[in-house]
Amino acid sequence: MVACTAAVELGLRTDIPSGPGAALMIHEVSHRFELEGRPLPVLERISLRLEPGEFVAILGPSGCGKSTLLRLVAGLDFPAMGRLSMNGQAIDGPDASRIIVFQDPTLYPWRTVWSNVALALEARGLLRSHHKRVNDVLHLVGLAGFATAYPRQLSGGMSQRAALARALVNDPKLLILDEPLGQLDSLTRIAMQQELVSLPQRARFTPLLVTHDVEAAAFLASRIVVLSERPARITTEVANARPYPRHRGDPHLVELRREIMGHLGLAESW
Amino acid sequence: MATNSAIGQLSRISMMALGPRRSSMRQPWILGMAAAAWLGVALLTALWPDQPGTDWDYTGDLATAFTALGGVLVLATFADFWFACLPRIRRVAPWMLALALLLGAWETVTAKLALLPMPFFPPPQALLEVVVDDRVRLAEGILASLRLLAGGYFLGAALGFAVGVAMGWSRAVGYWIHPILRLVGPLPATAWLPLAFFVFPSSYSASTFLIALATGFPVTVLTWSGVAGVNKAYYDIARTLGANQSFLILKVTIPAAMPHVFVGLFMGLGNSFAVLVIAEMLGVKAGLGWYLQWAQGWAAYANMYAALLIMALIFSSLITLLFRVRDRLLAWQKGLVRW
Repeated sequence: MVACTAAVELGLRTDIPSGPGAALMIHEVSHRFELEGRPLPVLERISLRLEPGEFVAILGPSGCGKSTLLRLVAGLDFPAMGRLSMNGQAIDGPDASRIIVFQDPTLYPWRTVWSNVALALEARGLLRSHHKRVNDVLHLVGLAGFATAYPRQLSGGMSQRAALARALVNDPKLLILDEPLGQLDSLTRIAMQQELVSLPQRARFTPLLVTHDVEAAAFLASRIVVLSERPARITTEVANARPYPRHRGDPHLVELRREIMGHLGLAESW
Repeated sequence: MATNSAIGQLSRISMMALGPRRSSMRQPWILGMAAAAWLGVALLTALWPDQPGTDWDYTGDLATAFTALGGVLVLATFADFWFACLPRIRRVAPWMLALALLLGAWETVTAKLALLPMPFFPPPQALLEVVVDDRVRLAEGILASLRLLAGGYFLGAALGFAVGVAMGWSRAVGYWIHPILRLVGPLPATAWLPLAFFVFPSSYSASTFLIALATGFPVTVLTWSGVAGVNKAYYDIARTLGANQSFLILKVTIPAAMPHVFVGLFMGLGNSFAVLVIAEMLGVKAGLGWYLQWAQGWAAYANMYAALLIMALIFSSLITLLFRVRDRLLAWQKGLVRW
């Protein structure tokens, strides 16, 4: 993945219309599920604004409703109350400019890596004119040599990178990352995090990371939104102004992690 | 769950059929023994006179055929010895040896010693005689059977596949079809036989319907369960990437359900053989099933054995063909190469 050369970056940049990613508005969004006939509130009056290019991490305990919020942002579900919009346009269904990278890479096992990455172009009828772009993003994530491999031949980290390439081939304006590194071993995770810091600027999208990994959030995000237990409310927002590139041992980040742990009610573990 | 284990079983079966047999690979002398055994059986057939009172016209021809096969095996033995280039032949060598011994025993207890009662147990040369002398009628039977089978099987498979996909995809279709399937599906297709021959204009169209029915039921059920079992995340992925409904069906649902569909096609093929033979025996005046019935009427047991053997070879080849198609289409499942 570090193998992505300057030439490739340049090649990609010419493809992408310039300008940073999209702005996202989440306004007073509440949501609930029906569980055995009883309403189960999941989200409670979530309001959040993402500026173009800003790296926001949403942090919350497991099962608090983070993934539900993501599905609403992606347009896969619709909120019971409240509004979501991207660049001023209401979100009324899935759209290729907003892509989720799920926790599980969920590649199609019957397609090669190349065809998996080409999926979005194929679905939108752009494969013929844009097929070179598939090779470009495969280069970008360091999988150029594995274009003809099948998903079951890939390691966990490679699968996750293929899933990332499948999202990036679209030129998304908003990239929603749902615990995309959760299942990776720690070495691969660190390498991928490094990648996630630089990728948004290179590929020009607004990243929205959802995680329960405090360290990842502190290392990656410029703003960290902490959610409560279900039903999820925003308990606090923490700005993280440390400049990139960051270092894991940076005392400011360590202090920030302690602060966030406090907000999550886990201060005593530090 | 049941279908998953069926898939597992299918892949194990094909692995067994295709996997290398290492133990026999290291024993080149078995090939030589097989060659010698075939030549030995040829000598036995040619030199030991048939039991007096029988007149087998093809004893000499059978000996010639055995000699030819033995000759090929001798050549293969030498080719293998010098060039070591025939692993496939070496793999079947133990079977060739066993077959030679079996045919020798069969020839001995029938034509040579007449230990088994005639006409129920004809010698091998009688089967050869049937295949050669009655080749026109046999070939017509084979063609008729294949034509009927292909028509019914493809019709049933196509309809079953379409209905299965529709049931898995649409709640309304599932609501209306499921009870019908539950009621009618378990009924053996042969139970429809009297009604079908009465209702349809010809026994041929009736048989096509019955074969289609026998094929369609397992294909429908397994396609349906395959479609219902598709990972829901596949749809979320495709939808966020901008896929429309037809893309979801053609590029997500169907490829994801294919492993199940092939189990259904396999089960349907087995069912279709059974219905084909019964339909030919009871109504259609053509085909190998009819030939069997006809041969029995004339107490022509050699003809029956020959037809049975041909039928077994054809059905087995068709199953093999289905497996080959599956292995080709579902190559992604196997993952033989790993990084």
